[in-house]
Amino acid sequence: MAVASDTIAAPEHSAEGRSETIAFLIMTAVLIVAPFFIYPLFLMQALCFALFACAFNLLIGYVGLLSFGHALYFGWASYLAAHAAKVWGFPPELAILTGAATGAVLGLVAGSLAIRRQGIYFAMITLALAQMMFFFALQAKFTGGEDGIQGVPRGKLFGLIDLASNNTMYALVVVIFLACFLLILRIINSPFGEVLKAIRENEPRAISLGYKTDRYKLVAFVLSATLAGVAGGTKAIVFQIASLTDVHWTMSGEVVLMTLVGGLGTVFGPVAGAFVIIAMQNYLNALESWVTVIQGVIFVVCVLLFRRGIVGEIAHLLRIKL
Amino acid sequence: MFEIFGIPSNALFSQLLIGLINGSFYALLSLGLAVIFGMLNIINFTHGAQYMMGAFMAFFLLQYAGLSYWWALIVAPVVVGLFGMIIERTMLQWLYKLDHLYGLLLTFGLALIIEGVFRNYFGSSGLPYAMPDSLRGGQNLGFMFLPNYRAWVVVASLVVCLGTWFVIERTRLGAYLRAATENPTLVRAFGINVPRMITLTYGFGVGLAALAGVMAAPIYNVSPQMGSDLIIVVFAVVVIGGMGSIMGAIVTGFGLGVIEGLTKVFFPEASNTVIFVIMAIVLLIRPAGLFGRTA
Repeated sequence: MAVASDTIAAPEHSAEGRSETIAFLIMTAVLIVAPFFIYPLFLMQALCFALFACAFNLLIGYVGLLSFGHALYFGWASYLAAHAAKVWGFPPELAILTGAATGAVLGLVAGSLAIRRQGIYFAMITLALAQMMFFFALQAKFTGGEDGIQGVPRGKLFGLIDLASNNTMYALVVVIFLACFLLILRIINSPFGEVLKAIRENEPRAISLGYKTDRYKLVAFVLSATLAGVAGGTKAIVFQIASLTDVHWTMSGEVVLMTLVGGLGTVFGPVAGAFVIIAMQNYLNALESWVTVIQGVIFVVCVLLFRRGIVGEIAHLLRIKL
Repeated sequence: MFEIFGIPSNALFSQLLIGLINGSFYALLSLGLAVIFGMLNIINFTHGAQYMMGAFMAFFLLQYAGLSYWWALIVAPVVVGLFGMIIERTMLQWLYKLDHLYGLLLTFGLALIIEGVFRNYFGSSGLPYAMPDSLRGGQNLGFMFLPNYRAWVVVASLVVCLGTWFVIERTRLGAYLRAATENPTLVRAFGINVPRMITLTYGFGVGLAALAGVMAAPIYNVSPQMGSDLIIVVFAVVVIGGMGSIMGAIVTGFGLGVIEGLTKVFFPEASNTVIFVIMAIVLLIRPAGLFGRTA
């Protein structure tokens, strides 16, 4: 059965591969030109969250698992990356890798607990575990409590390139983002990714075909947490701060919102969603306290009327896969 | 005055009582979540916000209408319950055929809206709500001082919880409800208005949250974010107990409240996290939850 569906899917596969390649090239071109028109700090912030949202989307979009606690990996990775760069004197590349490793380890622990239950329980477990680690972050000494870790040095990349300038930093963030994005594309389009989609569509059937679905789910979970860790680590280096905001459940909610707005289960959706939400937060600053309410309204509108999201809607209109 | 494990008995029993109070709220809230989940297949993330609305309703009633705490106990759950029914009719009902997660996302969005609006008008700091005169003071039991209001909260929520259990498990109405949970199409074929039953169930679950909010108002301050952290703990309680059983939700709620209270005495640093740790242990030993029927 698996073989048959592979051969049937093959011609369509190359077509959808083409639209993805074109979209990827456009995105890369836009990211290269963007700093000439847009403030690089905003772009870097949006890219960090775009990567975070892509990592989250790997779970919800391709395995059908709603993790409501992804701030755990993002926030703790940014704490450890900041600590590594500031206290241990790690260069930025190693600090970001420390963040990725933090995400991987936490993802392995939380993931192996959470995949023991399905559906709605999965979301509640991930949320509860993230809340537990929020309290640890609040009480632990090295996180600096309410102040967070401030004054994190950006340092020199490989000991050579000084990252103090925003333009150099932006180049590094773009490289990290594109590399991780390509990795996600590769995962999704690999045989492993096909099994993930099979689990999303019909888990009992995947089990009956002989796949150890729990193991696939756990690997996907760890991958997602690791990439969220890369995003968190990068953010700590760029903004030179790690704080409680990034481990709070509101951050978990925000990444869900970004993915939902952009389009669940689309490759480019989370990127679009992250840019929309970050732009909204930056440009609607005057509305301060109303931002939460607006976010809530967007949630409600998206769920009721706009479930495909921006990119999903475009893909549907053009009848291509994005 | 005597000591247990080096802790003065007075401190121990008063923390136990606080634990029982928190346990009452956990039980009322997880009961509401379980009832709603049974009928609607939706995890109601707005539950915390609706609990907060209950507390605010009590505050408004006293402040602007001069209605006492006793009136608030009836009026607030009804008003907030009606508000819930409007939400169910206008929004939630469109999601029943979709994946569960959309219900979670929609109710999460609603919680953000409600809490955001309250925070804009009332700020983040709490508003005081005076305890009703008739429940002031307390009894000296010899080994501890028992404030009347706290005793009242524990007894009242026990009565409400057990009453709900009785209605659902032992009456004809409850039988309809359980049948509609199992097979709504068949129950409709018998001429029972299932959509109306779903609306009323949601209203009832939300009303329970509002009732918990009214009872919480004199103990904790009334504040816009009082529900959001609580609801995450209640989610953990629900994971531990499993939503399959009404009695399970009640027992787990009270039990975890007491354990949390004890942790505050013996190991205060862990009091915020103990319930989450228990959840992790339960997931390792009994993945389906203590009272869960199937995984």
